[in-house]
Amino acid sequence: MLDAVTLTVTVTALLLAVWCAYAAYRDEPTNDWHFIGMAVVALAALVQLAVGLVQLGQGDRPDHGVATFVGYLIGAACTIPLAALMSLTERSRWGSAVVAAGGVILAVLELRLHEIWGAGNG
Amino acid sequence: MADESTADGTEDTAMAQQQTTAAPGEPAAGPRGRRLGQGPGRLLLWFYGVFTVAALSRSIVQISTKFSDAPLAYVLSLAAGVVYAVITVALWRGGDQARRIALVSCSAELIGVIAVGVLTVADSSAFPDATVWSDFGVGYVFLPLILPVMGLLWLREAGRPERGTQESAAPRP
Repeated sequence: MLDAVTLTVTVTALLLAVWCAYAAYRDEPTNDWHFIGMAVVALAALVQLAVGLVQLGQGDRPDHGVATFVGYLIGAACTIPLAALMSLTERSRWGSAVVAAGGVILAVLELRLHEIWGAGNG
Repeated sequence: MADESTADGTEDTAMAQQQTTAAPGEPAAGPRGRRLGQGPGRLLLWFYGVFTVAALSRSIVQISTKFSDAPLAYVLSLAAGVVYAVITVALWRGGDQARRIALVSCSAELIGVIAVGVLTVADSSAFPDATVWSDFGVGYVFLPLILPVMGLLWLREAGRPERGTQESAAPRP
């Protein structure tokens, strides 16, 4: 279950990154559609946080420590909302670049999250 | 990750402040320092913010759970996190004083990355556990090396007088 959500967050985050990088390349600020995209990715990260906590509650243990795992879950859930906030107050191509960078950072966090959770778990 | 939530909160209020001060719309007439965290500086601010959280939370976990393994590496991670935090705050506050503080911090960061990079490549036993700055930041796609260079270039650019840059300045991304 967690693996499926992690994959979903990774793919949507990378799509968002490419989309917003294209907007930055075209010298455009983020528009309403970008923010809807950010909401989708942020929602997926929130679902991941919930699923991760439920799995912990059911007794599953990550390979590399509960504290690190929860830390990464929270970090992943905060990344896109924070990027959106910074993009909202920077109405230029650089606001789009911030979200593009945020998408890549979230994808990296997902990769680490996958390692921390470990292969032995569902 | 307790520091993350506080970072959120303070950032929110800072954003709010920035917005309220920016509200009486002055495109170029405002104090030039406020430009520090805007335009290209906004992207730098974002990266420095992320690195602050990453370096600080990493070193706090390492220091609190296995400090004796590699005390030097973990203290260095903490120092790196503090430098990132100072630059983040300076970029988002803006102003001439913040710009000077950021210049000094970015220089220190660059020297730190290069020194630790040379040390780890030359003698890996000096750092038994990796830090953000090990091997010139290879574990973070060399961003620890790229960020201070971009930071110094941006701070120099932002320190120039308003609109006097058209004819003389080298164009930068």
